[in-house]
Amino acid sequence: MFIINCPYCGERDQTEFSSGGEAHIARPKQPTELSDDEWAEFLFMRKNIKGIQFERWNHSHGCRKWFNVVRDTSNDKIHAVYKMGEKPPVNK
Amino acid sequence: MSQELRINNNKFIDQTTRLSFKFNGEKLYGYKGDTLASALLANNIHLVGRSFKYHRPRGIMTCGSEEPNAIVQIGNDPSLTDPNVRATEIELYEGLEAFSQNCWPNVKFDIGGINNLLSPLLPAGFYYKTFMWPASFWEKYEFFIRHSAGLGKSPTKPDRDIYDHKYYHCDVLVVGGGISGIMAAKLSAENNNETLLIDDKNILGGTTIYQNNDCFQIDGIHTNYWLENEIKKIKNIKNLTIKTRTSLAAYHGYNYLLAKENLSDHLSPDERKNKIRQRLWKIRAKKVIIATGSIERPLIFNNNDRPGIMLSSAIKKFIDFYGVKTGKEISLFTNNDSVYETAISLKKSGVNIISIIDIRDKSSSKIVKEVEKHNIKIYWNHTIVNTEGYRRISFIEIMKLSDDGSGVIGKKIKLKTDCLGISGGWTPMVHLFTQSGGKLKFRSNDNVFLPDKNKTPSDQISIGSCNGDFDIKDIILNSNKDVKTFLGIENSPFDNLKVESSREEMKRNIWLLPSDKPIGKTKPFLDFQNDSTAKDVKLALREGFKSIEHVKRYTTTGMGTDQGKLSNMHALGIIAETTGTNMGELGTTTFRPPYTPLTFGAIVGRNVGEFFDHTRKTAMHNWHVQNKAKFENVGQWKRAWYYPKNGETMFEAVQRESKAARESVGILDASTLGKIDIQGTDASEFLNRVYTNAWSKLAVGKCRYGLMLNEDGMVYDDGVTTRLSENHYIMTTTTGGAANVLTKLEDYLQTEWPELDVYLTTVTDHFSTISICGPNSKKILSKVIPDLDLSDENFPHMSFKNSIINGIKCRVMRISFTGEHSYEINIQSNYAKHVWELCMDAGKNYNITPYGTETMHLLRAEKGFIITGQDTDGTMTPSDLQMDWIIGKKKFDFIGKRSLYRSDTIRDDRKQLVGLLTDDPKEILEEGAQIVEKLNQKPVEMLGHVTSSYFSPNLNKSIALAVIKSGKKLKGKKFFVPMENKNINVTVTDTVFFDKENKRLNA
Repeated sequence: MFIINCPYCGERDQTEFSSGGEAHIARPKQPTELSDDEWAEFLFMRKNIKGIQFERWNHSHGCRKWFNVVRDTSNDKIHAVYKMGEKPPVNK
Repeated sequence: MSQELRINNNKFIDQTTRLSFKFNGEKLYGYKGDTLASALLANNIHLVGRSFKYHRPRGIMTCGSEEPNAIVQIGNDPSLTDPNVRATEIELYEGLEAFSQNCWPNVKFDIGGINNLLSPLLPAGFYYKTFMWPASFWEKYEFFIRHSAGLGKSPTKPDRDIYDHKYYHCDVLVVGGGISGIMAAKLSAENNNETLLIDDKNILGGTTIYQNNDCFQIDGIHTNYWLENEIKKIKNIKNLTIKTRTSLAAYHGYNYLLAKENLSDHLSPDERKNKIRQRLWKIRAKKVIIATGSIERPLIFNNNDRPGIMLSSAIKKFIDFYGVKTGKEISLFTNNDSVYETAISLKKSGVNIISIIDIRDKSSSKIVKEVEKHNIKIYWNHTIVNTEGYRRISFIEIMKLSDDGSGVIGKKIKLKTDCLGISGGWTPMVHLFTQSGGKLKFRSNDNVFLPDKNKTPSDQISIGSCNGDFDIKDIILNSNKDVKTFLGIENSPFDNLKVESSREEMKRNIWLLPSDKPIGKTKPFLDFQNDSTAKDVKLALREGFKSIEHVKRYTTTGMGTDQGKLSNMHALGIIAETTGTNMGELGTTTFRPPYTPLTFGAIVGRNVGEFFDHTRKTAMHNWHVQNKAKFENVGQWKRAWYYPKNGETMFEAVQRESKAARESVGILDASTLGKIDIQGTDASEFLNRVYTNAWSKLAVGKCRYGLMLNEDGMVYDDGVTTRLSENHYIMTTTTGGAANVLTKLEDYLQTEWPELDVYLTTVTDHFSTISICGPNSKKILSKVIPDLDLSDENFPHMSFKNSIINGIKCRVMRISFTGEHSYEINIQSNYAKHVWELCMDAGKNYNITPYGTETMHLLRAEKGFIITGQDTDGTMTPSDLQMDWIIGKKKFDFIGKRSLYRSDTIRDDRKQLVGLLTDDPKEILEEGAQIVEKLNQKPVEMLGHVTSSYFSPNLNKSIALAVIKSGKKLKGKKFFVPMENKNINVTVTDTVFFDKENKRLNA
């Protein structure tokens, strides 16, 4: 049960948020030009890292804003929180 | 009553307040301040229960939460009785009733005791090995095994007690109110930290509070008096909150901790009325100081489990704290100095000590010398090889240890004793530390696992004996130093304390003490509650179990309600010794929360009954209730299901409602459908991207049905969306999908298409929806809104009008989910019941019939309209649903478009939606039933299943929707639906059964 520093609301309990999985997987701009394999790569393939992971979170029971979190999955330590569209403050 | 075992000790016990209680029906007395355990012992009762497997008599062994044996059932009220309560923890109250568990007919004569004689036949893994075959017999075995196993009885009726949850935030949390915890709390609170100190006992001070011994002094006074004074002082510190009777259950990441406070378990039933029983504290602390102390280890020797054999520290607490002698002729057995403290306490209270048996060669510490002055016989380098006494220990047999400690030599000496105190050293309570993610290190000189300072999560420390300091000098010095560093404090009132102590010099440890008998003939118990012996652990190792986690599960060592607080270290020691492994490398089993069992009541708190989950009711809910509706749960909504009249069955009611809606007019509360208000200059473009069909050309004032997919191409939700103005739409979603659809749309809007100028607002609760359908619906609406021109030219199907009813603004849509001419009135919810009643009134002469969700489902099935979630299951594409017409093939993109021509989604043998008619029109299929082609095939090929099925009163036959492999090509083909007792013949048809030409929409 960690605490997330929502970039819009501040520190809140984890129970107010929902996780949206891996971050920085942009929806292809021209899906029609992709092969089945390329589309499947976007659609299905996600990393499951033990260690530093870039994730999307939604303040679902708060401001309902989506944002990004850099979290160490091995100890739940959150290294950074940043808004959608912003560059990751740590190297990806 | 006999209280000859009581000594005059009024410090912690109020010997002027007598409390009566019952144990196994016998009326007994104790004093205020007693635990059930101390009161029983004062009545000379040691035997309180039977062991789990062999049903051996077992007595009170400890004085705290680690108690493995003395677990009792409290009370016999079917809704309040409490099983598996530790007698050492429950405070005595007037009228307490306790019962022994796991024995029949009673604790003194227990038929299951025969298992003890059969014990050679019941080794570790007995049940696994014996009840394997024949496999089909397991159910028969299980009945008897379950019957003979088990501990207390669960309550059979709902719990009447009140439980509570509370959040708490503090700078520093101190867990444990022993001497180091008290010091830490004082240092913390006096240095401007909001501090919370919790302790599971009702009195602060841990074991030091009754340590009244010349050998242990602080600044020239006995440690108990010094601490008493400190406790008095901290009670006045403003920043400090103290919670007693509060036990820490779990330590999660980010310093989130759960603690259970007992608020009324110590009160008599009369005093408890309307009081909260337990409160679960949800604590967020910036910093945590763990001062949970340590518990004494038993010694593992032959027949070490008889009633009357107790931890030496427990004997000391019973005499020093509760003023209860645990026996008249006590012996002590040890491998360390701490029993000598017990000996002094007993001597002071005039208890006869028969002997001290010490496995060490000698010890010359101050406290041992003190004991020697009292002429107590000490058998150095001796061990106990056997004990006697079935319901209470009566004799011990001792022998001299061989030089290497692996065997015994010399003559056997038999000593009479009625209570034996044992001590195998101390185990730091590191449970909370490891729960929080800390790693342990092993200290080999006294065989303890300790918090590894280098592998401690940030913002916490462990101090005192849970950190491996057992000498009062070390405890005070290190606690003071560590807390100062941890909290950045410069000066402390504890900096220059003069502490006197008796330092233990000699140590000797033998995990499994030898006997003169071969191990196979002995019973050295490791886990007292689960009856596993050192033999069982050795057997498991011989049988090839190597991992400590496997040995634990195979032998059940450490798996009782006490979670092996006493037994685990010896199990580890014996495994390490037998396998020649270093204990540090072997590691421990995982310490999982809760530290002590929590009641379900404390876990759920107030979230019981109607508060367990939210219930959402529409504005017209009370009308439905008054009109005898039956309700169905749709998500959190209560929806009117059907309205039975004059004792109708559900089938009869639905048939009547369905006919009425098609023949005259029906009215439905559709308020639960999700409604999302969409505004912004890019609203049309947004809809283009989220729905499969085209939206740009939808004229203002028009409605359109839309299908929404997931990115994988599967149907996700559907509903009608209306263009209210140029840049303003209102979208409807399914009832169950509303929240998820909004979340999904927000996700795309915020993350994929932030360039779009679109705002989404949920208005589901703001508007209520009244749906009126049937050939007479127009007549009803014209009565309710006379000003509105309802001609097909002005108000055609799939269009919308703003209107006013009795001065109340509303939106009227002419849309239909039943295939009838129908309208939906959307009105602000607080006026909805009024408008509903207006409609009912207007429909009086037309037999206006309220119908529920079941009739709605039937009517739409007649028309072949799908319900997402019923006819779809997350694996259906629009094409699978025969809805290719709704895919905007010319659109550049929409959610899920690319997936519609993946190799898998274009297969023509996918399951596809079809209509299904039974050859016998009266036969109604079961939803979920499988469809097969060949009856005698093995294994039979499942081609699909029935998704919706009803008896249509308007067609006078049964109809169904189903999904079948390659269904689109199979029209007219015959299949079977095999049921338990018959095979139903069916034929594939079109999905539309009723009014295929849609004539009724404009009727």
